[in-house]
Amino acid sequence: MTSAAVSYSPFDPIAVFDRADLVENAGVCVLINDVQVAVFYMPKETPCVFALHNWDPLGKANVLYRGIVGDVNGERFVSSPLYKQHYSLDTGRCLEDETVSVPVYEAFVEDDTVTITLQSRRQK
Amino acid sequence: MNTKKIVVVGNGMVGHYYVEKMAALAQAFDITVIGGEPRPAYDRVHLSEVFNGKDPEDLALTTREHYKEIGVKAHFGDTVVTIDREKKTVITELGRHFPYDKLILATGSYPFVPPVPGSDAKACLTYRTIDDLGAIRAQARLGKVGVVVGGGLLGLECANALKNLGLETHVVEFAPGLMGVQLDEGGSGMLRAMIEELDVQVHTSKATQKIVPGKDHTLRMEFADGGALETDLIVFSAGIRPNDQLAKQAGLEIGERGGIVIDYHCRTSDSDIFAIGECALFGGKIFGLVAPGYRMADAALSQLTDTPQSFQGADMSTKLKLLGIDVGSIGDSHGKTLIDDKVPASFLYSNDRERVYKKIVVSPDGKKLLGAVLVGDCSDYDNLLQLYLNDMDLPENPEHIILPADDGNNAAFSGMELPLTATICSCLNVTKGDIVAAIDGGCTTVADVKSCTQASTGCGGCAALLKSTVDTELAARGVEINNHLCEHFAYSRQDLFHMIKVGRLEHFDDVLAKHGTGRGCEVCKPTVGSILASLWNDYILKPEHLPLQDTNDNFLANMQKDGTYSIVPRIPGGEITAEKLIVIGEVAKKYALYTKITGGQRIDLFGARVNQLPDIWSELVSAGFETGHAYGKALRTVKSCVGNSWCRYGVQDSVSMAIFIENRYKGIRSPHKIKSAVSGCTRECAEAQSKDFGVIATENGWNLYVCGNGGMKPRHADLFATDLDDATLIKYIDRFLMFYIRTADRLQRTSVWMNNLEGGLDYLREVVIDDKLGLAEELEAQMALLLDKYQCEWKTTIEDPERLKRFRQFVNSEKDDTHIVFVQERGQSRPAKEQEREALTTA
Ligand SMILES: Cc1cc2nc3c(=O)[nH]c(=O)nc-3n(C[C@H](O)[C@H](O)[C@H](O)COP(=O)(O)OP(=O)(O)OC[C@H]3O[C@@H](n4cnc5c(N)ncnc54)[C@H](O)[C@@H]3O)c2cc1C
Ligand code: SF4
Ligand code: SF4
Ligand code: FES
Repeated sequence: MTSAAVSYSPFDPIAVFDRADLVENAGVCVLINDVQVAVFYMPKETPCVFALHNWDPLGKANVLYRGIVGDVNGERFVSSPLYKQHYSLDTGRCLEDETVSVPVYEAFVEDDTVTITLQSRRQK
Repeated sequence: MNTKKIVVVGNGMVGHYYVEKMAALAQAFDITVIGGEPRPAYDRVHLSEVFNGKDPEDLALTTREHYKEIGVKAHFGDTVVTIDREKKTVITELGRHFPYDKLILATGSYPFVPPVPGSDAKACLTYRTIDDLGAIRAQARLGKVGVVVGGGLLGLECANALKNLGLETHVVEFAPGLMGVQLDEGGSGMLRAMIEELDVQVHTSKATQKIVPGKDHTLRMEFADGGALETDLIVFSAGIRPNDQLAKQAGLEIGERGGIVIDYHCRTSDSDIFAIGECALFGGKIFGLVAPGYRMADAALSQLTDTPQSFQGADMSTKLKLLGIDVGSIGDSHGKTLIDDKVPASFLYSNDRERVYKKIVVSPDGKKLLGAVLVGDCSDYDNLLQLYLNDMDLPENPEHIILPADDGNNAAFSGMELPLTATICSCLNVTKGDIVAAIDGGCTTVADVKSCTQASTGCGGCAALLKSTVDTELAARGVEINNHLCEHFAYSRQDLFHMIKVGRLEHFDDVLAKHGTGRGCEVCKPTVGSILASLWNDYILKPEHLPLQDTNDNFLANMQKDGTYSIVPRIPGGEITAEKLIVIGEVAKKYALYTKITGGQRIDLFGARVNQLPDIWSELVSAGFETGHAYGKALRTVKSCVGNSWCRYGVQDSVSMAIFIENRYKGIRSPHKIKSAVSGCTRECAEAQSKDFGVIATENGWNLYVCGNGGMKPRHADLFATDLDDATLIKYIDRFLMFYIRTADRLQRTSVWMNNLEGGLDYLREVVIDDKLGLAEELEAQMALLLDKYQCEWKTTIEDPERLKRFRQFVNSEKDDTHIVFVQERGQSRPAKEQEREALTTA
């Protein structure tokens, strides 16, 4: 499966790694220039990978990739493993507190390779 | 204005109730209490439970400290001997003087001992106080046979106590039948037959003439009819007499046959002196139950406020379990009320095979219930009592209400609507109106209503009625009692458990596809994950199960505030060798972990980074440690005391039992965490009564306690079964745990679970001990399956390189999370605080 190719600037820092490093319906973490990025893989969704900053702004720790993913009213989220707030996988918005959000990044899968860039994802 | 000086004489149940209520008033009073017994008020009604293993301390209704906190001056172990009405002062035995503005007499009553020659022998006892219990127990140790004189309510309760003490038990009654006050002849006869089946020998129409030293036993009772009975102890329970001597001496009006005469306001013949409880005589009657005493206290107290109420007498209907037999008596059970000179009609159902006796007494026109007698089955008691108390119309054929219904639900009562004035809880005087108001005020569960109205927090007898009232009211408001797990599953955990089991579903995706919608969430995923584990006990980090686990289960460790983890190796029963202690120490030292002893007799190692977990566990596993499941909703620890291997007082080997239990149930996933403990004797050093299930050694085996917990809302466990041998103990625990795992809601501790079971503790006993649902075998089999599939999750994990990948901090880098920074405190690491981190990282 190939997600729609998204172009990125050659100057953006990127991480490239194997699809096998992803964990189905859960998250892993990658490091891009000292920025921690949580990468979630939901094989049944389109797109099937989501990248968010790993920093839990309310729990104040780098833990988001260890949260459970799911949905409320159709909105896909990861729930903080510390205090259970939900962060939208699509927008990074905290569903409990609208003044809080986490950055989301472009992520795509091509064949067996996953690419994450530090470029903010464009809002759809 | 000076604050009024209130002196309360007697700190029994009623005196205490008065004090507690008074202290809660907005108006300030200067309250002094003088209690004749050496301890503050306790629950006399449940006195007999001490013989079932309850600690007398648990009967306490209050403490000295509590009285201090609410500003009450209390003096225990001193009695008032004089009331000086002129000087408005009471004087105690120890010579203390207490002046009063208002005096409250709550002196209760004492057991009547018939003036039979010899009844002052040392082995002749009474049954009213905690001290009496001690005396009975001490005497019972010296002999084999015990007699209760008096076949009334208290006498039979006492007979049960003697039986529990292991004595051959007799009841000697002067009248021709048992419980003559409450029961008619037929009911009394049925009760007698049932009691005799329990090996309690009943002797009626026996007048004791004298008590002399016996030949084979300590005492010999000689009866008027020439017969005799030898025994080692006698407990007199031949009625109560009010403690009115003090009032009499002070010249207050006393009834012909005793009792301090009071009016509607609970005032005695001196308007500054009130009398309440069992010492008071109202309308020529002594009220020998606690609820009427409370109502007197309310009335007496209200006279000192702007809203005086009156005491109007009280209903003496009772429902109780005597020697395990249900007995109920309502209103005029003998059918003596004449209405327009006509005798009432009676309807009777008597079934010798099933041992059930029911009688109702109905007004001559057949419209109203005047009284009832129930023996062997009290399930209709609540409904009958409401019909009686509220003067409600009976159905056309009143007999239907006592005839057995095929489906066990008595249709005659369905649709019965109680008036708002109906009392639902007589202990706390809560009416249906109060409950309706509470629900209108926002309560949506029985538990809410309970804490808001206090209903059902006394004797507990009204629990079923309270629940049905609340349910009906909620249903009438269209409130659907929604226990759906979350938006993805329109089912309760219990329903889901059942569906997953029956459908043999093994994956979350299948469960979701079949019974749910959407993608799932952090509520339903772990719940289903836990159900799957409870049912099939698969390795929880299999790829299909991993996404269901909360972070703690997911990484098999407990996440702390900075994202690091703590590690708790299992130390069964809290017993550990020096070698293993050293291993823990060395591991902690090597990885600079913060170590702390837990409340569960284990050692917690903090500050491990996610990528250190596998190395740390490899070392622990190779030294023989297993995971402690501190991260899971599972069995945590089984604490123990050293028991009879070391302790001077121990009667059983509590450590071995605790280790056995912990090893048996380790790893079993449940709706919430489960804790346990085993104590080697009743001194209870392991605090077993604060656990989900606790075991306390006795001379003859083990007592099992269930449904206690510490934490935010601590609850003492209830005594579930006594003197069990090892095999029975384990069998009951198997069934208890499995039944809990099957039927509890998500994150429901055992205590809340039991409170929500209709029928509570008794029901639980029926399921686990009597196997009423016929489930026992299945529960045991399910448990056997789980035990069979146990594995140490850490051992499995470190043996599988694929699994270990999960513990990398970054999939594309060997670096660490730089946000994790430790500082030293008292020679160990702890996470840096914000300022400390800034100082450290900018330096
Ligand atoms: C075994 C048993 C089972 C029972 N079961 C039930 C039941 O199931 N349901 C029910 O409703 N009722 C039951 N009762 C009755 C219930 O316990 C009483 O109705 C209730 O305790 C009465 O409370 P009281 O405060 O009036 O008297 P008490 O509880 O007797 O308290 C009176 C206190 O005053 C003290 N006192 C007396 N004189 C003086 C003095 N001069 N100076 C200082 N202190 C003094 C006494 O020492 C005593 O502590 C039972 C009673 C017993 C013994
Ligand atoms: S509970 Fe009993 S056996 Fe155990 S330590 Fe305490 S006194 Fe000893
Ligand atoms: S009591 Fe509170 S602070 Fe202490 S461990 Fe428990 S949750 Fe944490
Ligand atoms: S009737 Fe006793 S608690 Fe309600």
